[in-house]
Amino acid sequence: MATVQLDPTAVARKSATRGLRPGTGIGGWVLRIALAIVFSFPLLFMFVSSLKPDQQIFGDLSSIAAFLPVGHLSLDNYGAVFDRVPAARFLVNSVGVSVVTVVLGVIINSMAAFALSRMRVRGKAVILTLIIATLIVPFETLALPLVWWVNQLPWLQFDGFNLTLTQGWLDTYRVQIVPFIANAFSVYLFHQYFESIPKELDEAARVDGASWFTIYRKVVMPLSGPAVATVAILTFLPAWNSYLWPLMVVQSEELRPVMIGVQYFFQLNVSWGQVMAYTSIITLPVVALFIAFQRAFVNSIASSGVKG
Amino acid sequence: MKTALKRVLAASVAAVAIGGSLAACGSGSGSGGSGDGANGTLTLWTHNAGNAAELAADQSLVDAFNASQSKVKIKVQAFPQDSYNNSVVSAAAAHKLPCLVDIDEPNVPNWAWSKYLQPLNLSADLSQNLPSTVGKWNGQTYSVGLYDVALAMFARKSDLQAAGVRVPTAEKPWTKDEFNSALASLKKLGKWDYPLDLGTAGTGEWLPYAYSPLLQSFGGDLINRTDYQTADGALNGDKAVAWAQWFRGLVTQGYMAQKSGQDSTKDFLNGKSAIVYTGSWAADQARKALGDDLVVLPVPNLGAGPKIGGGSWQWGVTTGCQNSQAAMDFLSFMLKPENVAKVASATGTIPATQAAAALMPDYAANGADSVFREFSKSYAVMRPETPAYPFIATEFGKTVQDILSGGDAKSALDKAVKNINDNIKSNNGYKS
Amino acid sequence: MALHQSLDRAPVRQVRKPSSARRSGAVRRREQALGWAMLGPAVLLLILFVVVPALLAFGLAFTNARLLAPYAPSFVGLDNFVRLFQDETFWHSLLNVAYFAVVVVPLQSGVALGMALLINVKVRGVNFFRTLYFLPVVTSMVVVSLLWLFMYRQEGLLNEIIARVTFGLVHGPDWLNNTSTAMPAIILMSVWQAAGFHMIIWLSGLQTIPADLYEAAAIDGVGGWQRFRFITWPSLRPTRNLILVTITIQALSLFTQINVMTQGGPLDSTSTIVFQAVRAGFQQQETSYASAISLVFFVLVLIVSGVQRYLTREKS
Repeated sequence: MATVQLDPTAVARKSATRGLRPGTGIGGWVLRIALAIVFSFPLLFMFVSSLKPDQQIFGDLSSIAAFLPVGHLSLDNYGAVFDRVPAARFLVNSVGVSVVTVVLGVIINSMAAFALSRMRVRGKAVILTLIIATLIVPFETLALPLVWWVNQLPWLQFDGFNLTLTQGWLDTYRVQIVPFIANAFSVYLFHQYFESIPKELDEAARVDGASWFTIYRKVVMPLSGPAVATVAILTFLPAWNSYLWPLMVVQSEELRPVMIGVQYFFQLNVSWGQVMAYTSIITLPVVALFIAFQRAFVNSIASSGVKG
Repeated sequence: MKTALKRVLAASVAAVAIGGSLAACGSGSGSGGSGDGANGTLTLWTHNAGNAAELAADQSLVDAFNASQSKVKIKVQAFPQDSYNNSVVSAAAAHKLPCLVDIDEPNVPNWAWSKYLQPLNLSADLSQNLPSTVGKWNGQTYSVGLYDVALAMFARKSDLQAAGVRVPTAEKPWTKDEFNSALASLKKLGKWDYPLDLGTAGTGEWLPYAYSPLLQSFGGDLINRTDYQTADGALNGDKAVAWAQWFRGLVTQGYMAQKSGQDSTKDFLNGKSAIVYTGSWAADQARKALGDDLVVLPVPNLGAGPKIGGGSWQWGVTTGCQNSQAAMDFLSFMLKPENVAKVASATGTIPATQAAAALMPDYAANGADSVFREFSKSYAVMRPETPAYPFIATEFGKTVQDILSGGDAKSALDKAVKNINDNIKSNNGYKS
Repeated sequence: MALHQSLDRAPVRQVRKPSSARRSGAVRRREQALGWAMLGPAVLLLILFVVVPALLAFGLAFTNARLLAPYAPSFVGLDNFVRLFQDETFWHSLLNVAYFAVVVVPLQSGVALGMALLINVKVRGVNFFRTLYFLPVVTSMVVVSLLWLFMYRQEGLLNEIIARVTFGLVHGPDWLNNTSTAMPAIILMSVWQAAGFHMIIWLSGLQTIPADLYEAAAIDGVGGWQRFRFITWPSLRPTRNLILVTITIQALSLFTQINVMTQGGPLDSTSTIVFQAVRAGFQQQETSYASAISLVFFVLVLIVSGVQRYLTREKS
C-alpha cells in the first residue's frame, strides 16, 4: 500500500475510478435521493393522512400538503381503529404466526439445503430441481383444494396427560403456519449460499471428527448470516401479509391476523383516515423489524468474513 | 460467529414461547364445526364485523336470548362483509358451518339447493313480514330477515328548483324522458362535473343489486323466470340492449362518472353530485346534513314501472346443526317486534313487520322514513329465485362494468347469456 | 476471463475426491440416511402442502365438481378446457399476462440492479437509502394497491404532479379506467412495489463477489463500466438466473393488484389467468373450471421456465 501511495499517478488513478463508481459522485447521490422520494412518498402519504380527518385528506390531495403533517392533526383515527377492530389481538396473532413460521422455516429449509449442498444423497440434483419446480405453483390456485385437504389432516392433541387424535386443522394457528414452513425459494437461496462457502472448511471439520450435523450447526450456519437474514425477511413478509388464506381457514375472531382487519373498514361508511391509521399500524412494525434485521444482516456480512 | 448462532437459538426459543402461549389462548375456540350446537352452544355468524352499530344490536339480542333461558347459549362470530361469502363457502366445503348463518337473501336458493340450509319451522308468524324479508325456494321458507333496505335517489330541493325540474313523488315518479331532461338541466347549471352518482365504483353484489332493477324497469331481466333455464331473450333482448345503451349514454353524455368516488353519499353531501342513488341506511346522515333541503326521490320509471331490489341480509339454520330447535327458537325470538325495531333502528333499515314499524317513530305512518317502506312495498323485485343466482350475479356485474367502459352492449350481453346458460347446463339445470 | 476462473469451485471439488473415495460403504450409507433425515421435513411439507393439493386440482379439472353442490361430481373429460379455449376473456388474460411479463421482467430486474449497485458502496448513509427502497416491499400488496388507487384517480396525486410539472399543459387520464393506460399503471405500481425485493437479492449476489477482484482492477486502472462488464456482470450469473426465474413467475402469477384495483377491467384489459381462476373458483364456485384454468396456467409456466432454462444454460 505504502508504495502505491508514494506513486502520484496511482493516487490520481484511484480517485478517478472512484468517481466512476456508481453512487460516489454527485449523480449517484441525486439518483439515490430521487429514488428515495419515489419509494417513500406513498407511505409518507399514508402515515400523514392517518393523522388527518377525512375531509382534510381529500382537501389536501391536490397540493403538497398531502405529504405534510399540516392542518388539524390528531390521533382520533387511531382511537377509532381500536374501537372498530380488535387490533391488539390481531397484531399479537400476526407476530406469533409470522415469527414461528420464520424460525421453523429457517431451520427446516437450511437443513434441506445443507443436505443437498454438502452430503451424498442419491439423486440430489433431481430433488433440487423438483423442489424448485414447486415454485411455479401460485398459491391462489391451490387454495381451494388445500382447504379441503387441511380439514382431512389429523393432529395429535395433547391436553394434560392424554394424547388424542383429532381431525381437521381449520380454525387454528397451525393451519396458518405449517403449510408455509417449507419453501422452495428459501431452500434455493440457502443452497446457493452454501455453495459459495468453501468446502475445505467442512472438510477440515470432518478430519477433526465432526458429525455432519455439527458441521451444519457449527460451521456452515454461523457463516450464513446473510442468507438467514434474507430468508427470514422473505418468509416473514408473506406470513405477515397473508390475507386470502386466513380468510378461508380461520373463523374465530381471536385467531385472525392483521390483514383481515383491513376489510373491517370497508363496511358501510369508509373512513379513509381510519383506513390509513390501521394500515400504518400494521405496516410500521414490519418496517421497524426490517430496520432491526438489516443491521444484523450487515453485521453478519462484516463479522463472518464471507467474501466468496 | 458464535453470536450469530446464539441469536438464532434465542429467536427460536422466543418463537416457541410465543407459539405456545398463543396456542393456549387459541384452544377452546375451535367449536363451530358441523357438529355445532351439540354441547349447548350454538354459533352464529354475521357479516358485520367493523359495523359497530349493527353488530352491537345483534349482540344485544343474543345476550337477551341467552338470559331468557338456560338450555343453550348463542355465541356470535362476526366477519367482514366483503369476504363473508368466501368464509362461508370454505366452511361449507369443510363441513364446518355454524348453526346460525347470516345470508344475503338472493343466495338463499343456492344454499338451499346445496343442502346447507334447512327449511325453517318457526313459531313466529311470518305472514306479517314484508314479502322481501322472507327467503324462499321451491315452495319452502329457508331464511327470514329482520329488515329490508330500499334504494332511492337523494337530491337537494334547492338544486332541483334551480334547474327547473319537477320533484317526483311515489305516485308520480319521473319517466325516462323526464329523468334524462332533468339530468340535462342539472348539467347545464355547471355546478357539478357529473350531476348523477349511481355508485359506479361499487363492486360485488352492489352491481346486480343496484343496476338489475334499472334493467327490469326497461322490461328486461337477469333470466327468464318461467323455468330459470335460460337468460336468452331476457338479458340480451331488445329491451336489455336499450337499457345498456341508455346506461352507457349516461357516461358519454357526461351525466355520470364511469367510476364514481369510493363513498357516493359523502360525495353528494360534499356537493360533488346533484342526485345520488343510495339506500335508506344513508337517510339519517343526509337529513342531519341537509335538513329540509333533502328530498328523497323514487327511482324513475324507465318503461316497465319503477323497480328496486328486494331482499337484504337474513338468518338461516344450517343442516348440520345439532340443535335445530334451539336455533329456530332463537329466530322466533328475534322476530319479536321490539327486537326487530331495535336492529332496524341501529342499521337505519326498514323493519320487517308493521308491528315493529309502529315502535319506530321515523317508520310509523307519515314518519320521515315511511317513504322507504312504501318504496319497498310497491317497487321491490326479488332477484331471481334460482340456485344459479350467485353465478348470474358475477356475470352481470362484469357485464355492467364492461358496458360502462364502452364495450359493445349487444355482444357483452350475449356473452353473459352464453356463460349463464352454460353454467345452468353444466349443473343439470339446478334441479332439486 | 482469468478473474472469472478464480471464482470457479472446481479445484475445491478435486480436493474432496480422494478423501471421499476412501470412505467405507457403511459411512456412506449413514451419510445417505442422515442426508434424508435433514431433507425429510422440507420434502414432506412440500409434498403435503403443494404437491397433494396440486394433484387434487388437476384431478378436479376433468370433472364437473363444484364447491357447493348436492350432487356427486362426475367425469366430464375435456369439457372445461373446451369451454376455456372458447372464452374470449381467457385469450385476453393470456395476452395481458404476456404483456405484463415482457415489460416487467427487464424493467424490474434492471431497476433493482441499479438500486443494488447504488447502495453497494461503503459510504455513510447508504443503509438509510436501502431501508427506504425496501419500504414498499414490506408493505402488503393490499395496502399498496389501496394507496395507489388513490393516486391513480382522475383528480389523484399522480395527475396533479403531471399537471404541475408540465405547467398545466398535460392532463393525465383516468389511469385505471382507460383500456390503454390501466395495464401500464398496474405495471408501474408493481415494479415500484417489488423492485426492493430483487434489489436485496442482487445485493446478496454483489456481496459474494470477492473484494480483491475490484482492488486488483482498481490497481490496473480499470474503469467503472468495464469493471461492471467484466467483473460484476459475470460474477452475478447465478443471481441473475434466480432473479429471472422469480420475476417471471411473479409476473405470470399477477393477481392481488388486479383483484383490489381493477377486477380485470376495463373491458378485460387487466384480466389475468390467476385472477380468472380465482374469480371462477371463489366468486362463481366453479371449482372444476377454476382447476382447469390452473392446470393450463401450470403448463404455461412450465413452458416459459423451460425456455428460460434453455436460454440461460451454461454455454461452455
